[in-house]
Amino acid sequence: MDKNFLDQFLFVALPYVCLFTFFLMTVYRYRMQSFSYSSLSSQFLENKHHFWAVVPFHYGILVITAGHLIAFLIPRQILLWNSHPLRLYVLEIAALAFGLLTLIGLVGVIVRRFSNSKIRCVTTPTDWLLFGMLMLQTAGGIAVALFHPWGSSWFATNLAPYLWSIFKLNPDIMFVAAMPALVRFHIVFAFLTIGFFPFTRLVHVLVIPNPYLWRKPQVVRWYGRRPSVERNQR
Amino acid sequence: MNVRSQVSMVFHLDKCIGCHTCSIACKNVWTDRKGTEYMWWNNVETKPGTGYPTKWEDQEKYKGGWRTNGNGQLEIRSTGRARVVPNIFHNPHMPSLDDYYEPWTYDYQNLFNAPEGSDQPTAMPISRITGEELDIQSGPNWDDDLGGSPIYAANDPNLAGLTEQQRQQLGSVERLVFFYLPRICNHCLNPCCVASCPSGALYKRGEDGIVLIDQQRCRAWRSCVAACPYKKTYFNWFTGKSEKCILCFPRLETGQAPACFHSCVGRIRYLGVLLYDADRLEEVARLPDDRLVEGQRSLILDPFDPAVIAAAEKNGVPESVIDAAQRSPVYQFVMKWKIALPPHIEYRTLPMLFYVPPMSPVLANRENDTIHHATDNLFHEIDNARVPMKFLANLLGGGHEGVVRYALAKQMAVRWHRRAETVGDVDREAVERLLRAADCTADEADAIFKLTALCTFEDRFVIPPMCREQAIEMMKDPHEHRQEAGFGFVGGPRRGL
Ligand code: HEM
Ligand code: SF4
Repeated sequence: MDKNFLDQFLFVALPYVCLFTFFLMTVYRYRMQSFSYSSLSSQFLENKHHFWAVVPFHYGILVITAGHLIAFLIPRQILLWNSHPLRLYVLEIAALAFGLLTLIGLVGVIVRRFSNSKIRCVTTPTDWLLFGMLMLQTAGGIAVALFHPWGSSWFATNLAPYLWSIFKLNPDIMFVAAMPALVRFHIVFAFLTIGFFPFTRLVHVLVIPNPYLWRKPQVVRWYGRRPSVERNQR
Repeated sequence: MNVRSQVSMVFHLDKCIGCHTCSIACKNVWTDRKGTEYMWWNNVETKPGTGYPTKWEDQEKYKGGWRTNGNGQLEIRSTGRARVVPNIFHNPHMPSLDDYYEPWTYDYQNLFNAPEGSDQPTAMPISRITGEELDIQSGPNWDDDLGGSPIYAANDPNLAGLTEQQRQQLGSVERLVFFYLPRICNHCLNPCCVASCPSGALYKRGEDGIVLIDQQRCRAWRSCVAACPYKKTYFNWFTGKSEKCILCFPRLETGQAPACFHSCVGRIRYLGVLLYDADRLEEVARLPDDRLVEGQRSLILDPFDPAVIAAAEKNGVPESVIDAAQRSPVYQFVMKWKIALPPHIEYRTLPMLFYVPPMSPVLANRENDTIHHATDNLFHEIDNARVPMKFLANLLGGGHEGVVRYALAKQMAVRWHRRAETVGDVDREAVERLLRAADCTADEADAIFKLTALCTFEDRFVIPPMCREQAIEMMKDPHEHRQEAGFGFVGGPRRGL
């Protein structure tokens, strides 16, 4: 197949299909089946290994996701930070460490799910597919970090502009086309994961409970209370 | 004064026969769905005993309820506001299935399908979660009627503070005693489950105070399960949603008593409205342990007081509800006679289910193969009762004996009074003295007797008209909800992927 055609498909068509699916389906699912939005916790069925799987995974993935997001939002500041080699090393090592934490946690999650018959009962084929994808994506990310170091810099110079061009609806694939295969794989898989997102348990990420930190502790709901009374209500 | 109404309950422990009819009624109506097999929104446990989930009263283990911090402010013991963030992935105080039991059924098909062999086929127990064969380790009622004691009964947290001698006596054949403690959600005034929910999915209904979990908004952060000190919110392992007793609100709204109340064989259950002052909730919940019972009573308002009635009307409490509050049997037991007490008020959730403490059987000793009553009196002294006062105080008095002693003394005075009335073989003057000492009059004793022993359905359940004509749940037949998770679904809830 024509390399250019393949690139157009992987880095223009596919991202749009995935992003479109993501936005449309998360909203649709929230409106039609908000009951299905749940972290589907399995702590109740297995509480011994739970901590060692779920916690490292989440701290790892949250830092890594935040890192990608920051590099995407403020690439220039990242480059400025990296202009000192020492700071670059610190950033790279931290990123790798959290990547490994994610990997360890994810292996824990999978092993735990596999080895306990009770949790196997609440693990769907979709879950297995998702774990597989996350595994490939995490392992891929770590491989990129090992074989193509200084990612924090080249992400800022080469990938951030590409991602921005996608969001500006003016895709420019010049930089990605020239990337090594491993990086291209990581990017394609990232979009696939985003497209798969609304059909999986991952939707729990979208309903993280922010108002809790400042709402009143007690929640009271009234049905059909007279407006004159409404004012007295706390 | 911010007057609100609360559907409240009294369980008369002296009347409970431990038949578990209530539990079965509830199970058949609400928790016969996948993921709820292990749940008993209503359960009946034997005291002394460890209950369900095992040792639920041991808050060193479960960290349920509120505590006051250094500044006298209330905070959730498990995962309050500040600690919810690091603990959302893994809740350190979450009970797991092992603390309840693994639900099971039996492989009945094997009785029909087993290949021909030399022995009789059996129906092996199989897990209702995995379907695999199961070695049953415990059940929802494992220590029923002191079964397995002293292993179980000896672990009852309410035995704290009892002398070694008292503990030993509890287990000795002559003094052996137990009573039943039926438990449902207390629909507390200061519910810890509600305050702990990161999603705001739990709420108290303004009109009647019923505490519910919005199934659409629950996201399985499972804070409520850890926070409720009575362990009356449960995690549905299949749907990934928490569930709890709903006080059969669809029944209440149509003027029927909740299923467990309606079916109660011992007729121990009373239901009625209490009016209370919502402005003073926090202030009361912060009181020191020994003033909590009194404090909670001070929240409850006199439904005959014109000032209360005016404030209630201003606050939108319908006249029909005020009328129901005036006829409420719960008001009689809790406020007028003060013989019904909240369970473990030291958890500071201000439970609105009250228990009349049980009068234990007459104490006797066996000497030379004859039974001697420990007292010459017809009835025993309350301080010599088989259940130590301290035990009841730990359960119903926040650790303090005064309120329990008051309730028992009054019930004892009622017994003497009725004996004098009906049999007439006791000294009337002594009875008068007893009544006075128990802060009771002959009329009051008769009223207590009547509501305890001769109560009709209408006396026990004074259900206020719920005035919820607009509520969506009213549009649907409650029976349609059987086999569904939660309420108010159009297409039926589906577990997420
Ligand atoms: C602040 C954001 C997040 C919160 C509060 C959160 C919370 C949770 C919770 C409570 C669970 C249930 C764990 C259990 O008890 O079994 C869970 C599971 C899971 N989460 Fe998250 N999560 C967050 C972000 C993420 C992200 C960014 C990802 C990955 C892309 C992710 C992927 C997963 C996966 C794969 C599971 C299933 C783990 C298992 O099998 O036990 N989460 N999350
Ligand atoms: S039905 Fe009534 S008498 Fe029987 S166990 Fe339940 S509360 Fe006790």
